[in-house]
Amino acid sequence: MMATMRCKAVAAAASMQATPPRDPALSGATAAPGRGDRVETAFSTQGVWTSRGLTRRHFINRFCAELFRACASLGLLMLALLLASICRDGMHWLDLQFLSSFPSRFVEKAGIKSALWGSCWLMGLTALFSIPVGVGAAVYLEEFAQPSKLNTFVEINIANLAGVPSIVYGMLGLAIFVRGLGFGRSVLAGAATMSLLILPFIIVASREALRTVPLSIRHAAYALGATPWQTVRGHVLPAALPGILTSIILGLSRAIGETAPLIMIGALTYVAFVPEGPLDAFTALPIQIFNWASRPQAAFHELAAAGIIVLLAALLSMNAVAVFIRYRFARKLKW
Amino acid sequence: MVKPQTVLETRNLTIRYGDSAAVIDVSLRIPAKTVTAIIGPSGCGKSTLLRALNRMNDLVSTVSVQGEALFHGKNLYASDVDPVELRQRIGMVFQKPNPFPKSIAKNISWAPLLNGYRGDVDELVEKSLRQAALWHEVKHKLNDSGLELSGGQQQRLCIARTLAMNPEVILLDEPCSALDPASTSRIEDLLVELAGRYTIVIVTHNMQQAARVSDYTAFLCDGRLVEFGPTDRVFTRPENSETEAYVTGKFG
Repeated sequence: MMATMRCKAVAAAASMQATPPRDPALSGATAAPGRGDRVETAFSTQGVWTSRGLTRRHFINRFCAELFRACASLGLLMLALLLASICRDGMHWLDLQFLSSFPSRFVEKAGIKSALWGSCWLMGLTALFSIPVGVGAAVYLEEFAQPSKLNTFVEINIANLAGVPSIVYGMLGLAIFVRGLGFGRSVLAGAATMSLLILPFIIVASREALRTVPLSIRHAAYALGATPWQTVRGHVLPAALPGILTSIILGLSRAIGETAPLIMIGALTYVAFVPEGPLDAFTALPIQIFNWASRPQAAFHELAAAGIIVLLAALLSMNAVAVFIRYRFARKLKW
Repeated sequence: MVKPQTVLETRNLTIRYGDSAAVIDVSLRIPAKTVTAIIGPSGCGKSTLLRALNRMNDLVSTVSVQGEALFHGKNLYASDVDPVELRQRIGMVFQKPNPFPKSIAKNISWAPLLNGYRGDVDELVEKSLRQAALWHEVKHKLNDSGLELSGGQQQRLCIARTLAMNPEVILLDEPCSALDPASTSRIEDLLVELAGRYTIVIVTHNMQQAARVSDYTAFLCDGRLVEFGPTDRVFTRPENSETEAYVTGKFG
């Protein structure tokens, strides 16, 4: 009702063209902010419909746009500042010797070989545990689970688990893996703890990916006499794979930077060897960085900065792979 | 004239979603190797009735079924009937074309291979595409994605995919409602051609389509079967005044 009235009013006003605009600069949507309430616009209005406050509305619009642009830039600005400050401190330490040496009391000889290998081991084992379990749980919840109280309970708690502080996972890992199962302070215990930490994230994000596969594809497969598993295996999983891979990579990139649970389960801070099996003691990049940063000598702080550069490089390249996968396959699949 | 054999039959079939009944007390017999059209205004339960015939309704958790739906005299909802096996014999084509995001050849060969087909796959692909009148358009690009075809071609690919399973019955749920008139007419021709070999049940909201392709017509209104009989008779001499009003375009 209101809309029709408005349309009529606008139409009437447009057909009248009573007074042409005095100043073309003031007309149209780009009207500059004026002081008075009455502003000449391209279409003079009549009766109860006026252009009052139009300039002000445009001003508020531009103000909000700029404000939100500033908000969006803040994150980028902070990242740039962080990177600049770290690169200034650590860049000159970053060379092949740094990457291929064990930690040392002497700054010149110190390197992150053991931490780098420790992190590689940790990531490899974490991926091994978390990918099958995470994707399996997501497939169950999304494709097989019938709505029931138990399943709703499981779903809600997986979402809750994603919000549990990482130090709590560290305590759990210490109790179950290090002591309970007797893994000791090994890379295996670390990876198991990390897997628990990122599982909720992988499950939730993989479910999102599965949900984007249209129902019609599942119906098509069922109507051809496929079982639910054949449907999932043949069509749903392949179609959701890019999204699932992205969630796995993002989950792992969260694990690579986690420090608290590793400290909790007792990853060593000084390791002068590379782990050779899953039951070996280990250190990881964030632990090594923490160790160097907590030393009194300023030179070690610069080493920490160099370690951070390595860690950030690993993290950003993992995210880049995730972005690449997402865009690559998003273009290919159109329903 | 020999009385045609009944392939599908419903007896006092009532289907509910939660508390609301979508199909109420429907009894009808669908004769073999004919085209049966189910027509009726929107929301009258056409699709629900169709989906009951190959148990696609099972996928909706709130659905409940009373009465019987018989396939060769065997109740589809009996506890010893496996819906997976049933759907191999009663195929379905949907409203919106839904080819798999795979090659044209794989769209067709996927389900037969899954169900233990041991013959020549290339031969099966060609035969199914020829039956669906699509072969000449796609024979040079069998490895292209099914999603690259036009809407009408996609729908014929879906029909070919269903034919490849060698079903007895093909259910079509408004197969042309997303297609342009030219594609629609190609699919209608195809249905008439396939009717000699398969039992076809088609849901449509297009009365002209029902008149053009079907041998029998069932008219549903508000979940109840109002009239069922040979298409000529239903359209020219309807017994029920509601049917007459609908087929002459007075409502719906």
